Amino acid sequence: MAMGGAGPLLQRLDELARPAVTLAVDGQVVTALEGDTVLTAVLLHGAVLRQSEFGDGPRAGFCLMGACQDCWVWTEQGTRLRACSTPVTPGLRIVTLEVPWPRLG
Amino acid sequence: MASVNQSDVLILGGGLMGAATAFFLRQRGVSVTLLERGLCGQQASGVNFGNVRRQGRFLPQLPLANRARLLWSRLPTLLGEDVEFLPTGHLRVAYHPEQVAMMEAYRDGARDYGLDLEIIGGNAARDRFPWLSSEVLGGSFSVEDGHANPRLVAPAFARAAKRDGARIVEDCDVIAIERESDGFRLESADGEIWRAPVLQVSAGAWGGRIAEAFGEPVPIIARGPQMGVTEPVPYALHPVLGVTTKTIGEVIYMRQVTRGNIVFGGTGHGPADLDTRRAKVMPEITLQQFAQLRRMVPAVGQLRIIRTWSGVEGYLRDDRPVMGPSGKVPGLFYAFGFCGHGFQLGPGVGEVMAELIATGSTTTPLGPFHIGRFA
Amino acid sequence: MAAPRVIVVGAGPAGTRAAEVLVAAGLRPLVIDEAADNGGQIYRRQPAGFRRRAEALYGTEAGRARAVHGVFSALRGRIEHWPQSLAWQLRDGALQVERGGRAHRLEFDRIILATGATDRLLPIPGWTRPGAFSLGAAQIALKAQACAIGRRVVFLGSGPLLYLVAAQYVKAGATVAAVLDTAPASARRAALPLMASRPSLLVKGAALLWRLKRAGVPVHHGVTPLRIEGESRVTGVVFRDSTGRERRLEGDAVGMGWHLRAESQLADLAGCAFDFDPVSRQWLPRIDVDGRSSVDGVYLAGDGVRLAGADGAELGGRLAALAVLQDLGLPAPAGVDAAALRRGLARMERFRQGLAIAFPWPGELIAALPDETLVCRCEAITAGQLRRGATTLEAPEMNRAKAFTRVGMGRCQGRFCGIAGAEILSAARGEPMQAAGRIRSAAPVKPLPVAIELETP
Repeated sequence: MAMGGAGPLLQRLDELARPAVTLAVDGQVVTALEGDTVLTAVLLHGAVLRQSEFGDGPRAGFCLMGACQDCWVWTEQGTRLRACSTPVTPGLRIVTLEVPWPRLG
Repeated sequence: MASVNQSDVLILGGGLMGAATAFFLRQRGVSVTLLERGLCGQQASGVNFGNVRRQGRFLPQLPLANRARLLWSRLPTLLGEDVEFLPTGHLRVAYHPEQVAMMEAYRDGARDYGLDLEIIGGNAARDRFPWLSSEVLGGSFSVEDGHANPRLVAPAFARAAKRDGARIVEDCDVIAIERESDGFRLESADGEIWRAPVLQVSAGAWGGRIAEAFGEPVPIIARGPQMGVTEPVPYALHPVLGVTTKTIGEVIYMRQVTRGNIVFGGTGHGPADLDTRRAKVMPEITLQQFAQLRRMVPAVGQLRIIRTWSGVEGYLRDDRPVMGPSGKVPGLFYAFGFCGHGFQLGPGVGEVMAELIATGSTTTPLGPFHIGRFA
Repeated sequence: MAAPRVIVVGAGPAGTRAAEVLVAAGLRPLVIDEAADNGGQIYRRQPAGFRRRAEALYGTEAGRARAVHGVFSALRGRIEHWPQSLAWQLRDGALQVERGGRAHRLEFDRIILATGATDRLLPIPGWTRPGAFSLGAAQIALKAQACAIGRRVVFLGSGPLLYLVAAQYVKAGATVAAVLDTAPASARRAALPLMASRPSLLVKGAALLWRLKRAGVPVHHGVTPLRIEGESRVTGVVFRDSTGRERRLEGDAVGMGWHLRAESQLADLAGCAFDFDPVSRQWLPRIDVDGRSSVDGVYLAGDGVRLAGADGAELGGRLAALAVLQDLGLPAPAGVDAAALRRGLARMERFRQGLAIAFPWPGELIAALPDETLVCRCEAITAGQLRRGATTLEAPEMNRAKAFTRVGMGRCQGRFCGIAGAEILSAARGEPMQAAGRIRSAAPVKPLPVAIELETP
């Protein structure tokens, strides 16, 4: 099995019978399930949550329990979410590539 | 077995003032020993905001501040390491018309001291710095001021002084100070004896206790700056920011480091304790600061803070340091109590004190800071 | 006289049992927790709408999880419960809390800190790559989200959780590439006398190993992890096996961890004294046998202080609540026997010491990390930068090294680099680890929004 590439990081094993929720990640429409965290929703479609501020590459969370603070993502509107401890909500628009700061006006 | 340690000058206190004095004394070839109770630069010198700001200072302090500013640009060469000094400019803003008028008056006064300030209207300021809030009525921009990393500067001076032959003794708790016929005799807790004909007290908030022991009490109190820092975000707030106001609750200052974090402080001080050597960050003050941060730069409201800290600073009643020779004891010099605005001055204080100690006089006027003003 | 105000921080097994005893004594404690629901990390509940049974989530611990959840449910209405609330500062008799974007200052007569633990990590090259997660994260992905952290997972570390999570992944149908244990196989034999204090746990451990073996999962003991490979994401793990041979495992995810690290920031902010614990090689708050800290009114329970696991946390939570009642001059509720709780904890303490021998913390591996290894994930500070801080810049301990190099200065405040950083710093200076001290905690305990609304008086 070849590893790497652009596929998802996480793999869903169970609990498939939940209502769908739609969100956007870097402008792409992504379907998640109710009860997914933002981290789960994003990493079931890709392998990156954010870019390290210090040039050492992409990050995709680490502890999943709100301790390591390595999964803070931005919304298009410029708010911050800790992806591992925030449940998805319909219409959420996440950006993993650019940083919408400072928001002016 | 106690040994006797002799040098030309003893410096008590390894903050920025003491470490820089030791460094510049070595540049003049004077033998110097610095005794520091903890580690160099751990208190006021290491925990402060990191402002390399001249504008807004008491005007007669500008000659010293100007001398310091020249040194800031030379620090990488002098010290052999980078202390993250960036001449980004410093912008003071005003929210009230009368404060704009005061900034104009200050600009006129500062010109006589060679400090050129640019007064900018609110809209012009927002054209240049679009993240400023609509509440800003005007600003005063000091193009050659900036900021540096306070955690690095005093230790860098101490290391450079050591390389140049100074004796830097950390974890050295001085328990007795005596004036003898030929100078000073200090004893540290480990039983060592330290002697020199000249003693400089640069012990920060603790300096008052020593001055008092020499019969020169000063009205000094210890307080802690209330500092905090946000998570890192793209570098956008280039100048150091401050506010001109008469209301302590409106005071806020912030600077963004190139790595992205925004360091801030203001709206008041917390208690500091000379015996435990600890100062508190009051959570109530941290929360007050948030409103003032958003008031000046609304986009800071998008962020989270990740850390707060404080440290022990010494404040004199008239908000001026004690600097210069003792009024009573020959061979005794003071450089302490910089009232939360000593960081920018530090390199200049070191150079001026070294000049004063080595030559008996200095070209930089120190009159307003002489301890005799409290006699 | 107004009823005494008691706050419990943490709604895991320790906090739940503490609240239970306080309620039984007639008090109405305030229970504050960051999570949306009670249970802590170990008995974390799956979100509403998930349907797996407790057996699927907690395996052999399903009974205990059900019991703790049941106790908490029974307390509803008799406690105040603030979920999704961050206690970010504790000093001068007041707890600062952020709840729903609003600031609260809460005074108390007594406070029980049951703040739990995280994984203890050692950095290895590549551990910041997408696909590298903590062991706890691997378990949470499964328990709370019904997901595996990858399609082919390598588990790396040491300690019982390493085998437990690997076995849970196998059971859930995920592919486990291998289990890489840094502990040599011989270490477990040496630990047997102490670990015999809890024979049932030994049996459970053997069952896990058997399950992995039956599933064909290779288990390597005594490995030296060399690096996690991959540029934009994990593609494999390179390690040296116990014979010294360098090997590479293909995989797109790594779950890594070495036992637990106490979450002790609030105790630190409150001014509690800490001691270096040679067993877990970390600094822990000092408590008496019942959980009283060195600060009057502050009590500690659970993995935030004892690292005795979930069972021990339940005992410690009850004991701390009994201590609170005693110090308030209130009678203990019937049926809670302090002496029996203390005996139980003593037995668990022997087991904990055995675990530390069986699955030792590989401090020597950290000391030998290549200079370019990122140690501090938040600030991207390398082992080499830290070593320069320790030697050229003469930082004798971690706070000085933090000031000079920014290690531990970022968002997580040294949670995931503090212990490893102390190993690197002390090794670079040729001193024992405890000489490197510990990074002092600073408020806020976790990132606090500048947009927080102030409490209206």
